[in-house]
Amino acid sequence: MARLEVLKTYKIYIGGKFPRTESGRYYSPKNAKGEALGNICLSSRKDVRNAVVAARKAFGGWSERAAFNRGQILYRIGEMLEGRKAQFIEELQLQGATKAKAEKEVAVAIDRLIYYAGWCDKVSQVSGGVNPVASSHFNFSVNEPMGVVGVAADQSTSLIGLVSQIAPVIAAGNSCVVIAAEELPLCSITFAEVLNSSDVPGGVVNILTGSLDEMLKPMATHMDVNAIVYTGNDAETLNSIQEFAVENLKRVRHYPQDWMDAKAQGLHYITDVMELKTTWHPIENIGGATSSY
Amino acid sequence: MAKKNEKINWEYAPAPESTGHVNLKEQYDLFIDGKWVKPDSGKYFDSTNPANKKKLASVAHANEKDVDKAVKAARKAYTNIWSKMEPSERAKYIYRIARLMQERAREFAVIESLDAGKVIRESRDVDVPLACNHFFYYAGWADKLEYAFPNREVSSLGVAGQIIPWNFPLLMAAWKIAPALATGNTVVLKPAETTSLTALKLAEIIEESGLPAGVVNIVTGYGDTGAAIVNHEDVDKIAFTGSTAVGKIIQKAIAGTHKKSTLELGGKSANIILDDAPLDQAVEGIVNGIFFNQGHVCCAGSRLFVQESVADQVIEKLKHRMNSLIVGDPLDKNTDIGAINSKEQLDVINSYLKIGQAEGATMYQADCAVPSSGYYCRPTLFTDVAQSSRIVQEEIFGPVLTIQTFRTVDEVIQKANNTPYGLAAGVWTDKGSRIFNLTTKLRAGVVWANTYNKFDPTSPFGGYKESGFGREGGLHGLEAYVKLN
Repeated sequence: MARLEVLKTYKIYIGGKFPRTESGRYYSPKNAKGEALGNICLSSRKDVRNAVVAARKAFGGWSERAAFNRGQILYRIGEMLEGRKAQFIEELQLQGATKAKAEKEVAVAIDRLIYYAGWCDKVSQVSGGVNPVASSHFNFSVNEPMGVVGVAADQSTSLIGLVSQIAPVIAAGNSCVVIAAEELPLCSITFAEVLNSSDVPGGVVNILTGSLDEMLKPMATHMDVNAIVYTGNDAETLNSIQEFAVENLKRVRHYPQDWMDAKAQGLHYITDVMELKTTWHPIENIGGATSSY
Repeated sequence: MAKKNEKINWEYAPAPESTGHVNLKEQYDLFIDGKWVKPDSGKYFDSTNPANKKKLASVAHANEKDVDKAVKAARKAYTNIWSKMEPSERAKYIYRIARLMQERAREFAVIESLDAGKVIRESRDVDVPLACNHFFYYAGWADKLEYAFPNREVSSLGVAGQIIPWNFPLLMAAWKIAPALATGNTVVLKPAETTSLTALKLAEIIEESGLPAGVVNIVTGYGDTGAAIVNHEDVDKIAFTGSTAVGKIIQKAIAGTHKKSTLELGGKSANIILDDAPLDQAVEGIVNGIFFNQGHVCCAGSRLFVQESVADQVIEKLKHRMNSLIVGDPLDKNTDIGAINSKEQLDVINSYLKIGQAEGATMYQADCAVPSSGYYCRPTLFTDVAQSSRIVQEEIFGPVLTIQTFRTVDEVIQKANNTPYGLAAGVWTDKGSRIFNLTTKLRAGVVWANTYNKFDPTSPFGGYKESGFGREGGLHGLEAYVKLN
């Protein structure tokens, strides 16, 4: 007798664990051929809030990791993704991509992780610096992570948008809550499995599947979310994110680009989700000695 | 020689700065397209001296039509001249403005003190020189922008609408105008209604500098004038410094538009004194942190945290120091604390004094004399406050300090960060490792260690969280005014 295949239950990813949605709801997106992709969690407001709590809890530890260590962990994510390439290619194909396109997308995603891995311990030298103030003070500026970042992932890709948006956010030292592509959700949960086996502390990345419309408001109005990153060209969605964000002055970042583009990466995707802190300290200057010896 | 039993009089003799060289017109019109034009409504309002309530000049109240005229002038100047000009030429205009300001620094300082109630020592030594230096600093960036944003294409935005507060009137105008011009934008600026005069004097200098007409337009007025700028379709960028409440209104108004924004808003900054701090210096720092500019400072160190073991000593020294502060005539060079900017603001401060007492806090005020006319407030501190007290949570914007104590460094980090604001913080300790532990963990855009309230054109300034976003000053201050591809 032929062996019966074991099907995967797609869950969500909160605080390093894989629960089903607390709401018990699901939806069944289909591909272009009309084939069901699976019973996917239709996450709720409550899931968003739980994810924010998990992200806030994880933020302190993650932001205080050495930048070098964060770089190693991002590299590790790339390694794990490389090892599970076949599964992602299969999922992308199931969601409608050709084999060649699927292979390309996974390759770009891996390379993007490696790219951002290298940035972790270089950001503050390139973006910060010493400010030559006129008074007798030592003054320097460094970038610091913003906190919890809400990511409304690219709705037109399953993997590359997700990876391109998450990588700079966590490279910066933030934690995040990600709303996956509603109609192309498979890679998001499989990517959560990659994260879970890559030394990324639980809660640093939380991934929810379901309706963007439904989850955007609880995420963008949440008082403990510091920034929202949105990819997409829907003016109405962007407008509502900007309005939701007002109450605690979330920083809103909008990236309308095609993430498959080789140029859709750079330092500014990291510094966009960082604050700049400037520190002053007096320099003792009491005698007449100079350095001109 | 003084007789043995004669009581020595330690009072300072008055040392008022002369106002003789100040040249103020009776009435100021709007500065639009390089010309002084009457407001459409024909309405003017008075700008008064808060130290004696006397009128200084009448100032035009711009309405929507005037703002529209100013934006059109700015657009025309942007399209036809300013965006096409060689950046190195642009730089020379900005340098010229800086130099002209320096030449008239004394006049600016006196007018600032008259109009804002700010003490002459501060307007002369802080506000005006920093404002000049800001122009001088940003002038040099105009032809070097590609070094500020490596690997990106830099272009200007267009017309910047800028709305500034009354606490540092000229300095805020400089913080807004200088980087906007250096990056190739044109400007419509609205000063605060109680402090329009130095911005109007700046307009005179801009006129004198030969800056092409329409590159900088100054429209005076109230909140409605500001709203007209925010809502004008042809404005590409809003830069606002003011209250968090108004910042949120602006942010809501421009949601869904193409307008870029930077907001520099309120604060409730923690000033932390550790047990090993040089206490006398720390007390000077506390005084400078909260009583500088009558406490009308968004980054004022209004929440004092003192480590328990030195709290009694610090509070005693602080009270002693407060009693030697001179509150009075802003133009007197001996004065430490000048006039509260307006009656409205004095009412706000007084209401918080009542709230603090009603909440059960213990109030202490310096026993100094206060002039009988004009708006003044004695330096005030509150002890026995809770983290949840309104006077601890809300920005008062006056010379009012709350004092809390703590035992451990972890405790004070938690307490200091427990606020929706994140503009600034101060740390006082002799130990470098402690400084860096605290300065890295405090969620604030500017951290002063063993100093407070220091500013410089090269030093980026701006907040975390609800204190706003974007930076002003330094290389990072350029980003607010450029499009990057």
